[in-house]
Amino acid sequence: MDIFHEYFFQRALIGGLLIGITAPLMGMFLVLRRLSMIGDTLAHVSIAGVALGFLLDIYPVAVGLVFALMASFAIEKLRKAYKSYAELSIAIIMSGGVALAALLFTMGKGFNINVTSYLFGSILTLDNLDLWMVLGVTLLVGAFMIWNHKEVFLMAFDEDAAGVSGLPVRFYNILFTMLTALVISVAIKIVGALLVSALLTIPVACSLIVAKSFRHAVFASVLYSEAAVIGGLVSAGIWNLAPGATVVLLLILMLIATLLIRKGLKPV
Amino acid sequence: MEANKPAGCHQPVVTLKDLSFSYENKRVIEGLSFEILERDFVGLVGSNGAGKTTLLRTIVGLLKPDRGDVRLFGQPLSEFRDWERIGYVPQKNSFNPLFPATVREVVLSGLYGRKKMFKRITKEDQQKCEDALEVMRIQDLSGRRIGQLSGGQQQRVFLARALVNNPDLLILDEPTVGIDAETQEKFFHLIRHLHQHHAITFLMVSHDIGMLEDYIGKAPVHTGGKLKFYVKHTHEPQNCGETGLTHTLKDLRQKIGAL
Repeated sequence: MDIFHEYFFQRALIGGLLIGITAPLMGMFLVLRRLSMIGDTLAHVSIAGVALGFLLDIYPVAVGLVFALMASFAIEKLRKAYKSYAELSIAIIMSGGVALAALLFTMGKGFNINVTSYLFGSILTLDNLDLWMVLGVTLLVGAFMIWNHKEVFLMAFDEDAAGVSGLPVRFYNILFTMLTALVISVAIKIVGALLVSALLTIPVACSLIVAKSFRHAVFASVLYSEAAVIGGLVSAGIWNLAPGATVVLLLILMLIATLLIRKGLKPV
Repeated sequence: MEANKPAGCHQPVVTLKDLSFSYENKRVIEGLSFEILERDFVGLVGSNGAGKTTLLRTIVGLLKPDRGDVRLFGQPLSEFRDWERIGYVPQKNSFNPLFPATVREVVLSGLYGRKKMFKRITKEDQQKCEDALEVMRIQDLSGRRIGQLSGGQQQRVFLARALVNNPDLLILDEPTVGIDAETQEKFFHLIRHLHQHHAITFLMVSHDIGMLEDYIGKAPVHTGGKLKFYVKHTHEPQNCGETGLTHTLKDLRQKIGAL
C-alpha cells in the first residue's frame, strides 16, 4: 500500500508508537492512585496554552506544557483547600482551562484549523520537531520508570507505607505530576486533547483485567496501547478515517473484548 | 544515671514530648507526652476522629506537628534515617482490591526504602522475602493477586511485608477493620506470639481494644485527650537478662511452627 511509503505516515507511526509506550506507563500510576481524571484536566488546560502559543507565535506544544505544569500544581493546591472533595478541584481547573482556551481561540483569528488539530489530534501533520519532542519525553519517562520501578510500585501501592520507608513522597509526587504534564503535552498533537486521557487510562483498564502481577500489568498495558496505535493508524490510513479517534475507539473495542473473554472464561 | 531514664534493655523507641497538632482551626492533639520503650506492646485506642491516624502519621514524619518533639530510637525525627527498622502494616481499607500485584511483589516491597533507592533487588532480598512468606505460611499464595485473597490472608501478607526487614518497631494501623471475629482472633494470637518471642516493639492503633483486652489490660496507663494508651511489657522491667529470643525470621519460623 502506498501510504506506508509516505514520510508523513511513517512519522505518524513512529510518534504513535513512542507515545504508546509512555502514556500507559504514566496512566498506570494515575489509575492506581484514582487520579484518572487528571489526564483529561491537564489536557484541557494545555489546549489553552496551545492557543496562547499560536497567538504569541511560540512553539505551541511548549506553551501547552507550561500551562499543564501550572495546572497540575494548581490542582494540588486546590486539593488541599477542599480536602474531602478532591474531584472538585479537578472540575474547577478543567472548566477554567476550557474557558481560557475558548477565549484565546476567539481572540486570534486565522489559526482555527491548527487549533482543531490539537483538539482532535493530527498525527499525520507531525513535523520533525514534534517527533524529537516525543522521543525525548519517551526516553525521559522510560529512564525514570526503569530507574525507579521499585519506588513507583510502592508509591502506587500505598503512599503512607512509602513514607514510613523513608521515601521522599513529596518529591516523587511532584515528579510524577511533571512527567504526566510532559506526556500529555506531547500527546495532544497525536491523539488530541479531547482524547488523550483514553490513551492514559484504557490500556491500563485492559491490563488490570488480565494481569497476574504488577510487572505483567505494566507490560500488558503497553502492549494493548501499541496494538491499538498500530491497528488504529493503519486502518485510518487505509479507510481515510480520523487517526486519533480510530485509535481510541479500537482501544475501547479491545477493552470490551477483554471483558467478554474474561467473563466467558470464568466458571459460572 | 538519671532516675527516670530506663536502664538496660529498655531504651526509648518512640518519644513524644509536648506534642500538638491541628488541622486548620481544629486541634486534634494537645500537649501529648508519651514514651514507648523497647519491647512494649502499646495499644493506641480512640474513637473515630480522636486523632489516632494523625498521631501515627506524625510519629512517622508524614505530618509535621505544630509544637513538640518526636524522637525515634532516641534520635530527633529530622535526623532519623534508619527507616528500615520500622515495619508498617497499613489500614486494610486504604488498599485497592483491584491493585494488580502478587503476594510476592507486595511482600518484597517491604524492602523498598530510602537506602534501597536506585539499587537492584539482590538474591539476599529475594531470600528475605521467601523467609517472610514462609513464616506467615503464605508461600503457596505467593503468585496470587493480592485482591483475590481472603481478609485473613491479606493480613498475613501485610504482616509479612512489615516483617521482611526484620524490624525493631512494628506499627499496625487498624489491622482488624473488616475482618471477621474468628480471623481476628487468629491474628491476635499470631501478634502476641510475635511479641513474646521476638525482640519487636509494637504500636497498634485501633478504635476499640476488643480482643486484646486480656493481653494488654482493661485500664489505659496514659490518656491524652481522647487517645488512650494501653501498655503491656513482655517481662519485668528490671529483668533484662532474658534469653530465648529469636532474632531472625528463620528462627522465628521454627518457633511459630505450631501456629
